[in-house]
Amino acid sequence: MNSVVCISQVPDTESRIKIAADGRKIDETGLKFIVSPYDEFALEEAIRLKEKSGGDVTVISFGPDRVQQALRECLARGATKALHIKGESSDADSLGIAKVLAAAIKSIPNDLVFFGKQGVGTDNSLVGPMVAELLGYPQLNVVTHLEITDNKLVAHREIEGAEEVLETTTPAVITAQKGMNEPRYASLKGIMAAKKIAIDTKSPADLGLNDTDIYNQRMTIVKLELPAEKSGGRKVDGSDPAAAAREILGYIRDEAKAL
Amino acid sequence: MPGVLVFCEFKDGKLKKTSRETLSAGRKLAEATGGDLVAFASDAAAADDAGKYGAKKLYVANLGGYTVEPYTAALEKVVAEVQPNVLLFPGTSTGRDIAPRIAARVGAGVASDVDSLEWIDGKLRARRPVYSGKAFATVEITSTPAVAITRPNAFPLEEVGGAPAAVSEVSGVDAAGRVKLVDTQVPEAGEMTIAEADIIVSGGRGLKEAANFSYVRDLAHAIGGAVGASRATVDAGWIDHQHQVGQTGRVVSPNLYIAAGVSGAIQHLAGMTSSKHIIAINKDPEAPIFRVADLGVVGDLFTILPALTEEVKKAKAH
Repeated sequence: MNSVVCISQVPDTESRIKIAADGRKIDETGLKFIVSPYDEFALEEAIRLKEKSGGDVTVISFGPDRVQQALRECLARGATKALHIKGESSDADSLGIAKVLAAAIKSIPNDLVFFGKQGVGTDNSLVGPMVAELLGYPQLNVVTHLEITDNKLVAHREIEGAEEVLETTTPAVITAQKGMNEPRYASLKGIMAAKKIAIDTKSPADLGLNDTDIYNQRMTIVKLELPAEKSGGRKVDGSDPAAAAREILGYIRDEAKAL
Repeated sequence: MPGVLVFCEFKDGKLKKTSRETLSAGRKLAEATGGDLVAFASDAAAADDAGKYGAKKLYVANLGGYTVEPYTAALEKVVAEVQPNVLLFPGTSTGRDIAPRIAARVGAGVASDVDSLEWIDGKLRARRPVYSGKAFATVEITSTPAVAITRPNAFPLEEVGGAPAAVSEVSGVDAAGRVKLVDTQVPEAGEMTIAEADIIVSGGRGLKEAANFSYVRDLAHAIGGAVGASRATVDAGWIDHQHQVGQTGRVVSPNLYIAAGVSGAIQHLAGMTSSKHIIAINKDPEAPIFRVADLGVVGDLFTILPALTEEVKKAKAH
Protein backbone atom coordinates (compact mmCIF):
# COMPACT_ATOMS: atom_id res chain seq x y z
CA MET A 1 0.00 0.00 0.00
CA ASN A 2 1.53 3.32 -1.11
CA SER A 3 0.57 6.57 0.53
CA VAL A 4 1.05 10.18 -0.46
CA VAL A 5 0.83 12.77 2.31
CA CYS A 6 0.32 16.39 1.29
CA ILE A 7 2.11 18.75 3.64
CA SER A 8 1.35 22.39 4.23
CA GLN A 9 3.97 24.48 5.99
CA VAL A 10 2.44 27.17 8.19
CA PRO A 11 3.50 29.77 10.77
CA ASP A 12 3.88 28.34 14.27
CA THR A 13 0.54 28.56 16.05
CA GLU A 14 2.19 30.60 18.82
CA SER A 15 3.10 33.32 16.30
CA ARG A 16 1.86 36.85 16.41
CA ILE A 17 0.76 37.78 12.93
CA LYS A 18 1.99 40.96 11.24
CA ILE A 19 0.71 42.26 7.91
CA ALA A 20 3.19 42.74 5.06
CA ALA A 21 3.69 46.13 3.40
CA ASP A 22 1.43 45.18 0.46
CA GLY A 23 -1.50 44.80 2.88
CA ARG A 24 -2.44 41.46 1.34
CA LYS A 25 -0.07 38.91 2.87
CA ILE A 26 1.51 38.24 6.23
CA ASP A 27 4.99 39.52 6.99
CA GLU A 28 7.14 36.38 7.17
CA THR A 29 10.12 38.14 8.74
CA GLY A 30 11.17 36.29 11.87
CA LEU A 31 8.29 33.84 11.67
CA LYS A 32 8.95 30.24 12.63
CA PHE A 33 7.35 27.76 10.23
CA ILE A 34 6.08 24.32 11.17
CA VAL A 35 4.34 21.35 9.57
CA SER A 36 0.62 22.19 9.83
CA PRO A 37 -0.58 20.39 13.00
CA TYR A 38 -3.34 18.39 11.27
CA ASP A 39 -0.84 17.16 8.67
CA GLU A 40 1.05 15.48 11.51
CA PHE A 41 -1.91 13.15 12.11
CA ALA A 42 -2.06 12.41 8.39
CA LEU A 43 1.64 11.61 8.25
CA GLU A 44 1.54 9.44 11.36
CA GLU A 45 -1.32 7.38 9.95
CA ALA A 46 0.56 6.79 6.70
CA ILE A 47 3.77 5.81 8.53
CA ARG A 48 1.87 3.32 10.72
CA LEU A 49 0.32 1.81 7.63
CA LYS A 50 3.74 1.46 6.02
CA GLU A 51 5.13 -0.17 9.18
CA LYS A 52 2.27 -2.65 9.14
CA SER A 53 2.06 -3.56 5.49
CA GLY A 54 4.97 -1.97 3.65
CA GLY A 55 4.96 0.41 0.72
CA ASP A 56 6.15 3.98 0.38
CA VAL A 57 5.12 7.13 2.18
CA THR A 58 5.78 10.06 -0.14
CA VAL A 59 5.42 13.54 1.33
CA ILE A 60 4.77 16.35 -1.10
CA SER A 61 4.53 20.08 -0.61
CA PHE A 62 3.90 23.04 -2.91
CA GLY A 63 5.62 26.24 -1.85
CA PRO A 64 8.81 28.29 -1.71
CA ASP A 65 12.19 26.85 -0.74
CA ARG A 66 11.45 26.97 2.99
CA VAL A 67 8.99 24.03 2.64
CA GLN A 68 12.00 21.71 2.19
CA GLN A 69 12.51 22.07 5.94
CA ALA A 70 9.01 20.69 6.54
CA LEU A 71 9.61 17.81 4.11
CA ARG A 72 12.92 17.04 5.81
CA GLU A 73 11.13 16.83 9.15
CA CYS A 74 8.57 14.41 7.70
CA LEU A 75 11.37 12.22 6.34
CA ALA A 76 12.94 12.19 9.80
CA ARG A 77 9.67 10.91 11.24
CA GLY A 78 9.46 8.06 8.77
CA ALA A 79 8.35 9.19 5.32
CA THR A 80 10.36 7.37 2.64
CA LYS A 81 10.29 9.86 -0.26
CA ALA A 82 9.75 13.59 -0.66
CA LEU A 83 8.71 15.85 -3.52
CA HIS A 84 8.94 19.63 -3.43
CA ILE A 85 6.96 21.49 -6.06
CA LYS A 86 8.46 24.92 -6.21
CA GLY A 87 6.17 27.90 -6.46
CA GLU A 88 4.65 30.83 -4.65
CA SER A 89 1.73 28.93 -3.16
CA SER A 90 0.50 32.03 -1.32
CA ASP A 91 -0.36 33.57 -4.72
CA ALA A 92 -2.55 30.60 -5.68
CA ASP A 93 -6.09 29.97 -4.48
CA SER A 94 -7.15 26.60 -3.05
CA LEU A 95 -8.13 25.20 -6.45
CA GLY A 96 -4.79 26.32 -7.89
CA ILE A 97 -2.97 24.51 -5.10
CA ALA A 98 -5.21 21.46 -5.56
CA LYS A 99 -4.38 21.34 -9.29
CA VAL A 100 -0.65 21.34 -8.54
CA LEU A 101 -0.98 18.61 -5.91
CA ALA A 102 -3.30 16.47 -8.04
CA ALA A 103 -0.87 16.63 -10.97
CA ALA A 104 2.00 15.66 -8.67
CA ILE A 105 0.06 12.80 -7.09
CA LYS A 106 -0.70 11.35 -10.53
CA SER A 107 3.06 11.00 -11.06
CA ILE A 108 3.45 8.89 -7.88
CA PRO A 109 2.08 5.35 -7.32
CA ASN A 110 -0.64 5.77 -4.68
CA ASP A 111 -3.46 3.91 -2.97
CA LEU A 112 -4.17 6.49 -0.30
CA VAL A 113 -3.76 10.26 -0.33
CA PHE A 114 -3.66 11.94 3.06
CA PHE A 115 -4.17 15.56 4.07
CA GLY A 116 -4.70 17.40 7.34
CA LYS A 117 -8.34 18.47 7.55
CA GLN A 118 -7.18 22.08 7.19
CA GLY A 119 -3.99 24.07 6.84
CA VAL A 120 -3.69 25.91 10.12
CA GLY A 121 -3.59 29.62 9.34
CA THR A 122 -5.29 29.89 5.99
CA ASP A 123 -7.98 27.71 7.56
CA ASN A 124 -9.75 27.02 4.28
CA SER A 125 -10.40 23.25 4.60
CA LEU A 126 -10.74 23.06 0.84
CA VAL A 127 -7.69 21.48 -0.79
CA GLY A 128 -8.20 17.84 0.31
CA PRO A 129 -11.71 17.41 -1.15
CA MET A 130 -10.71 19.42 -4.23
CA VAL A 131 -7.83 17.03 -4.90
CA ALA A 132 -10.21 14.10 -4.41
CA GLU A 133 -12.46 15.57 -7.08
CA LEU A 134 -9.59 16.27 -9.48
CA LEU A 135 -8.28 12.71 -9.06
CA GLY A 136 -11.79 11.24 -9.22
CA TYR A 137 -11.30 9.57 -5.82
CA PRO A 138 -13.83 9.20 -3.03
CA GLN A 139 -13.15 11.41 0.00
CA LEU A 140 -13.22 10.67 3.70
CA ASN A 141 -13.15 14.09 5.32
CA VAL A 142 -12.34 15.03 8.96
CA VAL A 143 -11.42 11.52 10.01
CA THR A 144 -10.77 10.65 13.66
CA HIS A 145 -10.23 6.91 13.21
CA LEU A 146 -9.27 4.74 10.24
CA GLU A 147 -9.17 0.98 9.76
CA ILE A 148 -7.77 -0.63 6.64
CA THR A 149 -8.25 -4.26 5.62
CA ASP A 150 -6.86 -5.08 2.20
CA ASN A 151 -8.36 -2.38 0.01
CA LYS A 152 -11.35 -1.68 2.27
CA LEU A 153 -11.43 1.46 4.41
CA VAL A 154 -13.62 2.12 7.43
CA ALA A 155 -13.40 5.69 8.69
CA HIS A 156 -14.96 7.64 11.52
CA ARG A 157 -15.80 11.13 10.32
CA GLU A 158 -16.50 13.91 12.81
CA ILE A 159 -19.78 15.76 12.30
CA GLU A 160 -21.69 18.05 14.69
CA GLY A 161 -21.96 16.21 18.00
CA ALA A 162 -21.54 12.76 16.46
CA GLU A 163 -19.39 10.54 14.29
CA GLU A 164 -20.30 8.95 11.01
CA VAL A 165 -18.89 5.55 10.17
CA LEU A 166 -18.08 5.50 6.47
CA GLU A 167 -16.87 2.72 4.21
CA THR A 168 -15.12 2.90 0.90
CA THR A 169 -12.28 1.28 -1.03
CA THR A 170 -8.88 2.46 -2.22
CA PRO A 171 -7.81 4.64 -3.87
CA ALA A 172 -9.19 7.41 -1.67
CA VAL A 173 -8.44 10.81 -0.16
CA ILE A 174 -8.47 11.05 3.62
CA THR A 175 -8.28 14.27 5.65
CA ALA A 176 -7.10 13.85 9.22
CA GLN A 177 -8.66 15.35 12.33
CA LYS A 178 -7.04 15.61 15.75
CA GLY A 179 -7.56 12.40 17.70
CA MET A 180 -6.77 10.09 14.79
CA ASN A 181 -3.51 9.04 16.47
CA GLU A 182 -0.62 10.36 18.57
CA PRO A 183 2.04 11.65 16.16
CA ARG A 184 5.59 10.57 17.00
CA TYR A 185 8.59 12.81 17.30
CA ALA A 186 11.57 12.33 14.99
CA SER A 187 14.23 10.07 16.50
CA LEU A 188 17.93 10.83 16.19
CA LYS A 189 18.23 7.74 13.99
CA GLY A 190 15.38 9.02 11.85
CA ILE A 191 16.99 12.42 11.49
CA MET A 192 20.27 10.83 10.37
CA ALA A 193 18.51 8.46 7.95
CA ALA A 194 16.51 11.35 6.47
CA LYS A 195 19.69 13.19 5.57
CA LYS A 196 20.48 10.44 3.08
CA ILE A 197 17.19 10.86 1.23
CA ALA A 198 17.23 13.40 -1.58
CA ILE A 199 14.20 15.64 -1.90
CA ASP A 200 12.95 15.53 -5.48
CA THR A 201 12.21 19.01 -6.84
CA LYS A 202 9.86 19.88 -9.66
CA SER A 203 8.22 22.98 -11.07
CA PRO A 204 4.53 23.14 -11.97
CA ALA A 205 5.67 23.23 -15.62
CA ASP A 206 7.39 19.84 -15.11
CA LEU A 207 3.94 18.54 -14.13
CA GLY A 208 2.40 19.90 -17.30
CA LEU A 209 0.73 22.89 -15.67
CA ASN A 210 0.93 26.47 -16.80
CA ASP A 211 0.76 29.47 -14.52
CA THR A 212 -2.77 30.44 -15.49
CA ASP A 213 -4.00 27.07 -14.18
CA ILE A 214 -2.57 27.90 -10.79
CA TYR A 215 -2.62 31.66 -10.42
CA ASN A 216 -5.78 32.48 -12.32
CA GLN A 217 -7.28 34.83 -9.69
CA ARG A 218 -10.50 32.89 -9.13
CA MET A 219 -10.16 34.02 -5.55
CA THR A 220 -7.77 36.72 -4.47
CA ILE A 221 -7.04 38.39 -1.18
CA VAL A 222 -7.78 42.07 -1.57
CA LYS A 223 -6.88 43.10 1.94
CA LEU A 224 -5.52 41.52 5.08
CA GLU A 225 -5.98 43.30 8.39
CA LEU A 226 -5.65 42.73 12.09
CA PRO A 227 -8.84 42.68 14.14
CA ALA A 228 -9.73 45.83 16.07
CA GLU A 229 -8.16 45.65 19.53
CA LYS A 230 -10.85 45.01 22.07
CA SER A 231 -10.74 47.80 24.57
CA GLY A 232 -11.28 45.43 27.48
CA GLY A 233 -14.41 45.87 29.49
CA ARG A 234 -15.23 46.18 33.16
CA LYS A 235 -13.17 44.21 35.61
CA VAL A 236 -14.76 43.50 38.98
CA ASP A 237 -13.70 41.90 42.23
CA GLY A 238 -15.24 38.48 42.71
CA SER A 239 -14.26 37.81 46.30
CA ASP A 240 -17.95 37.74 47.27
CA PRO A 241 -19.28 34.89 45.07
CA ALA A 242 -22.96 35.77 45.55
CA ALA A 243 -22.40 39.39 44.57
CA ALA A 244 -20.24 38.34 41.62
CA ALA A 245 -22.93 35.91 40.45
CA ARG A 246 -25.56 38.66 40.58
CA GLU A 247 -23.28 41.04 38.66
CA ILE A 248 -22.70 38.42 35.95
CA LEU A 249 -26.41 37.59 35.77
CA GLY A 250 -27.19 41.29 35.32
CA TYR A 251 -24.77 41.44 32.40
CA ILE A 252 -26.17 38.27 30.83
CA ARG A 253 -29.73 39.54 31.12
CA ASP A 254 -29.35 43.25 30.31
CA GLU A 255 -26.42 43.47 27.93
CA ALA A 256 -26.05 40.06 26.27
CA LYS A 257 -29.86 39.61 26.43
CA ALA A 258 -29.23 35.90 26.69
CA LEU A 259 -31.90 35.03 29.24
CA MET B 1 -32.40 34.74 -14.33
CA PRO B 2 -29.08 33.99 -12.63
CA GLY B 3 -28.88 34.87 -8.99
CA VAL B 4 -27.98 33.04 -5.83
CA LEU B 5 -28.26 29.30 -5.15
CA VAL B 6 -28.13 28.14 -1.53
CA PHE B 7 -27.39 24.54 -0.54
CA CYS B 8 -29.75 23.78 2.38
CA GLU B 9 -29.98 21.06 4.99
CA PHE B 10 -33.38 19.89 6.15
CA LYS B 11 -33.53 18.06 9.45
CA ASP B 12 -36.27 17.10 11.93
CA GLY B 13 -38.98 18.74 9.84
CA LYS B 14 -37.31 22.11 9.31
CA LEU B 15 -34.39 23.85 7.66
CA LYS B 16 -31.37 23.91 9.92
CA LYS B 17 -30.62 27.31 11.43
CA THR B 18 -27.35 27.57 9.53
CA SER B 19 -29.27 27.01 6.28
CA ARG B 20 -31.76 29.73 7.23
CA GLU B 21 -28.89 32.09 8.04
CA THR B 22 -27.33 31.32 4.68
CA LEU B 23 -30.63 31.91 2.86
CA SER B 24 -30.93 35.26 4.68
CA ALA B 25 -27.46 36.25 3.49
CA GLY B 26 -28.22 34.90 0.01
CA ARG B 27 -31.45 36.89 -0.36
CA LYS B 28 -29.59 40.18 0.06
CA LEU B 29 -26.94 39.12 -2.44
CA ALA B 30 -29.63 38.04 -4.90
CA GLU B 31 -31.19 41.51 -4.69
CA ALA B 32 -27.80 43.08 -5.35
CA THR B 33 -27.22 40.83 -8.38
CA GLY B 34 -30.71 41.56 -9.67
CA GLY B 35 -31.43 37.82 -9.76
CA ASP B 36 -33.52 35.37 -7.78
CA LEU B 37 -32.77 33.40 -4.65
CA VAL B 38 -33.15 29.67 -5.21
CA ALA B 39 -32.36 26.75 -2.93
CA PHE B 40 -31.33 23.10 -3.05
CA ALA B 41 -32.43 20.48 -0.49
CA SER B 42 -32.97 16.76 -0.27
CA ASP B 43 -36.61 17.02 0.85
CA ALA B 44 -39.55 18.82 -0.78
CA ALA B 45 -40.89 19.54 2.70
CA ALA B 46 -38.24 22.27 2.91
CA ALA B 47 -40.24 24.41 0.43
CA ASP B 48 -42.26 26.22 3.13
CA ASP B 49 -39.21 27.26 5.13
CA ALA B 50 -37.21 28.13 2.02
CA GLY B 51 -40.04 30.39 0.85
CA LYS B 52 -40.23 32.12 4.23
CA TYR B 53 -36.61 33.12 3.77
CA GLY B 54 -37.14 34.43 0.28
CA ALA B 55 -36.35 31.48 -1.99
CA LYS B 56 -38.49 31.46 -5.14
CA LYS B 57 -37.62 27.95 -6.18
CA LEU B 58 -36.45 24.81 -4.41
CA TYR B 59 -34.54 22.14 -6.28
CA VAL B 60 -35.05 18.78 -4.62
CA ALA B 61 -33.02 15.61 -5.02
CA ASN B 62 -34.44 12.74 -3.00
CA LEU B 63 -31.15 11.10 -2.19
CA GLY B 64 -31.68 10.16 1.44
CA GLY B 65 -28.87 10.75 3.93
CA TYR B 66 -25.91 12.81 2.85
CA THR B 67 -22.86 11.36 1.16
CA VAL B 68 -20.70 13.56 -0.99
CA GLU B 69 -20.81 11.98 -4.45
CA PRO B 70 -24.54 11.75 -5.23
CA TYR B 71 -25.18 15.15 -3.66
CA THR B 72 -22.40 16.69 -5.74
CA ALA B 73 -23.82 15.10 -8.89
CA ALA B 74 -27.28 16.50 -8.13
CA LEU B 75 -25.94 19.93 -7.30
CA GLU B 76 -23.90 19.96 -10.49
CA LYS B 77 -27.13 19.52 -12.48
CA VAL B 78 -28.79 22.38 -10.63
CA VAL B 79 -25.78 24.67 -11.10
CA ALA B 80 -25.84 23.89 -14.83
CA GLU B 81 -29.55 24.76 -15.03
CA VAL B 82 -29.60 27.84 -12.78
CA GLN B 83 -26.14 29.18 -13.70
CA PRO B 84 -26.03 31.17 -10.46
CA ASN B 85 -23.70 34.12 -9.90
CA VAL B 86 -23.20 32.92 -6.36
CA LEU B 87 -23.40 29.47 -4.74
CA LEU B 88 -23.59 29.46 -0.94
CA PHE B 89 -23.16 26.70 1.64
CA PRO B 90 -23.74 26.71 5.39
CA GLY B 91 -20.55 26.14 7.40
CA THR B 92 -21.57 22.74 8.72
CA SER B 93 -19.79 19.41 8.38
CA THR B 94 -21.89 18.72 5.28
CA GLY B 95 -21.48 22.18 3.75
CA ARG B 96 -17.74 22.08 4.27
CA ASP B 97 -17.55 18.59 2.73
CA ILE B 98 -19.45 19.26 -0.47
CA ALA B 99 -18.51 22.89 -1.26
CA PRO B 100 -14.88 22.18 -2.27
CA ARG B 101 -15.96 19.09 -4.25
CA ILE B 102 -18.47 20.95 -6.42
CA ALA B 103 -16.16 23.97 -6.70
CA ALA B 104 -13.38 21.81 -8.11
CA ARG B 105 -15.86 20.21 -10.52
CA VAL B 106 -17.08 23.52 -11.94
CA GLY B 107 -13.75 25.37 -11.59
CA ALA B 108 -14.92 27.90 -9.04
CA GLY B 109 -13.11 30.00 -6.46
CA VAL B 110 -14.23 29.47 -2.87
CA ALA B 111 -14.13 31.50 0.32
CA SER B 112 -14.61 29.46 3.52
CA ASP B 113 -15.97 30.56 6.85
CA VAL B 114 -17.10 34.00 5.68
CA ASP B 115 -18.76 36.44 8.07
CA SER B 116 -19.71 39.10 5.54
CA LEU B 117 -20.75 39.00 1.89
CA GLU B 118 -21.22 41.79 -0.64
CA TRP B 119 -21.84 41.97 -4.35
CA ILE B 120 -19.66 44.77 -5.77
CA ASP B 121 -19.09 45.50 -9.47
CA GLY B 122 -20.22 42.05 -10.52
CA LYS B 123 -17.92 40.27 -8.07
CA LEU B 124 -18.44 38.57 -4.75
CA ARG B 125 -16.53 40.17 -1.93
CA ALA B 126 -16.29 38.31 1.38
CA ARG B 127 -14.56 38.69 4.69
CA ARG B 128 -13.10 35.72 6.52
CA PRO B 129 -10.95 35.17 9.58
CA VAL B 130 -7.49 33.70 8.96
CA TYR B 131 -4.93 32.48 11.47
CA SER B 132 -7.93 31.54 13.63
CA GLY B 133 -9.05 35.13 13.87
CA LYS B 134 -5.63 36.69 14.47
CA ALA B 135 -6.25 38.47 11.14
CA PHE B 136 -9.11 39.05 8.71
CA ALA B 137 -8.89 38.69 4.95
CA THR B 138 -11.15 40.48 2.50
CA VAL B 139 -11.32 38.33 -0.60
CA GLU B 140 -12.79 38.73 -4.05
CA ILE B 141 -14.11 35.85 -6.12
CA THR B 142 -14.32 36.34 -9.84
CA SER B 143 -15.39 32.89 -11.04
CA THR B 144 -18.95 32.04 -12.05
CA PRO B 145 -20.32 30.79 -9.83
CA ALA B 146 -18.52 32.39 -6.92
CA VAL B 147 -18.69 29.97 -4.00
CA ALA B 148 -18.76 30.86 -0.31
CA ILE B 149 -19.26 28.91 2.90
CA THR B 150 -20.93 30.96 5.63
CA ARG B 151 -19.87 30.99 9.23
CA PRO B 152 -22.54 29.84 11.72
CA ASN B 153 -24.01 32.71 13.79
CA ALA B 154 -22.46 35.38 11.58
CA PHE B 155 -25.53 36.24 9.47
CA PRO B 156 -28.76 37.32 11.17
CA LEU B 157 -31.95 35.39 10.38
CA GLU B 158 -34.37 37.44 8.29
CA GLU B 159 -37.73 35.90 7.61
CA VAL B 160 -39.50 37.69 4.79
CA GLY B 161 -42.61 35.52 4.82
CA GLY B 162 -42.70 34.53 1.17
CA ALA B 163 -44.94 31.85 -0.31
CA PRO B 164 -43.60 28.29 -0.35
CA ALA B 165 -40.83 27.91 -2.90
CA ALA B 166 -41.84 26.21 -6.15
CA VAL B 167 -40.46 22.68 -6.08
CA SER B 168 -38.45 21.35 -8.98
CA GLU B 169 -37.34 17.72 -8.84
CA VAL B 170 -33.78 16.85 -9.81
CA SER B 171 -33.88 13.46 -11.50
CA GLY B 172 -31.46 11.02 -13.00
CA VAL B 173 -28.93 11.06 -10.17
CA ASP B 174 -27.54 7.76 -8.93
CA ALA B 175 -28.10 7.78 -5.16
CA ALA B 176 -25.24 5.38 -4.52
CA GLY B 177 -21.74 6.80 -4.28
CA ARG B 178 -18.53 4.95 -3.57
CA VAL B 179 -18.65 6.02 0.09
CA LYS B 180 -21.29 4.27 2.19
CA LEU B 181 -22.60 5.62 5.46
CA VAL B 182 -22.90 2.54 7.66
CA ASP B 183 -23.56 4.10 11.06
CA THR B 184 -23.87 7.37 12.97
CA GLN B 185 -22.56 7.24 16.52
CA VAL B 186 -23.60 9.83 19.07
CA PRO B 187 -21.03 9.69 21.87
CA GLU B 188 -22.48 12.19 24.32
CA ALA B 189 -26.21 12.15 23.74
CA GLY B 190 -27.91 15.49 24.10
CA GLU B 191 -24.75 17.60 24.35
CA MET B 192 -24.95 20.72 22.28
CA THR B 193 -22.07 21.36 19.89
CA ILE B 194 -20.02 24.54 20.07
CA ALA B 195 -20.04 25.26 16.35
CA GLU B 196 -23.57 26.57 16.14
CA ALA B 197 -24.28 27.44 19.79
CA ASP B 198 -25.56 30.89 20.81
CA ILE B 199 -24.05 30.52 24.27
CA ILE B 200 -20.81 28.74 25.17
CA VAL B 201 -19.47 28.12 28.67
CA SER B 202 -15.80 27.16 28.48
CA GLY B 203 -13.46 25.66 31.02
CA GLY B 204 -9.67 25.87 31.20
CA ARG B 205 -6.83 24.59 33.26
CA GLY B 206 -8.17 26.52 36.26
CA LEU B 207 -10.66 23.67 36.69
CA LYS B 208 -7.72 21.65 38.03
CA GLU B 209 -9.10 18.20 37.05
CA ALA B 210 -11.43 16.44 34.64
CA ALA B 211 -14.22 15.88 37.17
CA ASN B 212 -14.49 19.62 37.74
CA PHE B 213 -15.85 20.12 34.23
CA SER B 214 -19.13 19.48 36.07
CA TYR B 215 -18.99 23.14 37.22
CA VAL B 216 -18.93 24.25 33.59
CA ARG B 217 -21.51 21.68 32.45
CA ASP B 218 -23.96 22.64 35.20
CA LEU B 219 -23.89 26.28 34.16
CA ALA B 220 -24.08 25.38 30.46
CA HIS B 221 -27.14 23.20 31.05
CA ALA B 222 -28.83 25.80 33.24
CA ILE B 223 -28.33 28.59 30.69
CA GLY B 224 -28.93 26.42 27.61
CA GLY B 225 -25.43 26.64 26.20
CA ALA B 226 -22.72 24.36 24.87
CA VAL B 227 -19.59 23.29 26.74
CA GLY B 228 -16.30 24.64 25.38
CA ALA B 229 -12.75 23.86 26.46
CA SER B 230 -9.22 25.17 26.19
CA ARG B 231 -6.56 23.22 24.34
CA ALA B 232 -4.74 22.44 27.61
CA THR B 233 -7.77 20.59 29.00
CA VAL B 234 -8.25 18.64 25.77
CA ASP B 235 -4.59 17.69 25.59
CA ALA B 236 -4.76 16.59 29.24
CA GLY B 237 -7.62 14.26 28.27
CA TRP B 238 -10.18 15.96 30.53
CA ILE B 239 -12.66 16.42 27.69
CA ASP B 240 -13.18 15.41 24.06
CA HIS B 241 -11.60 17.42 21.23
CA GLN B 242 -15.06 18.28 19.84
CA HIS B 243 -15.25 20.88 22.63
CA GLN B 244 -11.96 22.62 21.87
CA VAL B 245 -12.13 26.33 21.09
CA GLY B 246 -9.31 28.06 19.23
CA GLN B 247 -6.60 27.23 16.74
CA THR B 248 -6.52 23.42 16.20
CA GLY B 249 -10.03 23.48 17.66
CA ARG B 250 -12.98 25.47 16.44
CA VAL B 251 -13.31 29.19 15.85
CA VAL B 252 -16.62 30.27 17.38
CA SER B 253 -18.62 33.48 17.52
CA PRO B 254 -21.60 32.97 19.81
CA ASN B 255 -23.69 35.75 21.29
CA LEU B 256 -22.34 34.97 24.77
CA TYR B 257 -19.03 33.34 25.70
CA ILE B 258 -18.28 32.60 29.35
CA ALA B 259 -14.68 31.55 30.05
CA ALA B 260 -14.02 30.01 33.46
CA GLY B 261 -10.45 29.28 34.51
CA VAL B 262 -9.22 29.94 30.97
CA SER B 263 -6.03 32.02 31.05
CA GLY B 264 -6.37 33.06 27.41
CA ALA B 265 -3.45 31.64 25.41
CA ILE B 266 -3.13 33.35 22.04
CA GLN B 267 -4.56 30.27 20.29
CA HIS B 268 -7.65 30.33 22.49
CA LEU B 269 -8.21 34.08 22.16
CA ALA B 270 -7.97 33.78 18.39
CA GLY B 271 -10.83 31.29 18.43
CA MET B 272 -13.34 33.25 20.50
CA THR B 273 -12.58 36.99 20.36
CA SER B 274 -15.30 37.62 17.80
CA SER B 275 -17.97 36.45 20.27
CA LYS B 276 -20.45 39.27 20.79
CA HIS B 277 -20.35 39.26 24.62
CA ILE B 278 -17.50 37.80 26.64
CA ILE B 279 -17.43 37.13 30.37
CA ALA B 280 -14.24 35.86 32.01
CA ILE B 281 -13.86 34.40 35.48
CA ASN B 282 -10.29 33.88 36.59
CA LYS B 283 -8.42 34.14 39.85
CA ASP B 284 -5.38 35.70 38.17
CA PRO B 285 -6.06 39.42 37.58
CA GLU B 286 -3.27 39.46 34.97
CA ALA B 287 -4.74 36.63 32.86
CA PRO B 288 -4.76 37.63 29.15
CA ILE B 289 -8.40 36.57 28.84
CA PHE B 290 -9.36 39.80 30.66
CA ARG B 291 -8.04 41.83 27.73
CA VAL B 292 -10.87 40.59 25.53
CA ALA B 293 -13.57 40.25 28.20
CA ASP B 294 -16.48 42.70 28.32
CA LEU B 295 -17.00 41.69 31.93
CA GLY B 296 -14.06 40.27 33.86
CA VAL B 297 -14.51 38.80 37.31
CA VAL B 298 -11.39 38.23 39.35
CA GLY B 299 -12.27 35.42 41.71
CA ASP B 300 -12.65 31.74 42.47
CA LEU B 301 -14.61 29.85 39.82
CA PHE B 302 -15.38 27.04 42.27
CA THR B 303 -17.58 29.38 44.33
CA ILE B 304 -18.73 31.80 41.62
CA LEU B 305 -19.90 29.24 39.04
CA PRO B 306 -22.27 27.37 41.41
CA ALA B 307 -23.68 30.69 42.65
CA LEU B 308 -24.17 31.85 39.06
CA THR B 309 -25.79 28.53 38.08
CA GLU B 310 -28.32 29.01 40.91
CA GLU B 311 -28.99 32.63 39.85
CA VAL B 312 -29.55 31.51 36.26
CA LYS B 313 -31.95 28.76 37.34
CA LYS B 314 -33.90 31.26 39.46
CA ALA B 315 -34.03 33.77 36.62
CA LYS B 316 -35.23 31.10 34.19
CA ALA B 317 -37.92 29.93 36.62
CA HIS B 318 -39.49 33.41 36.66
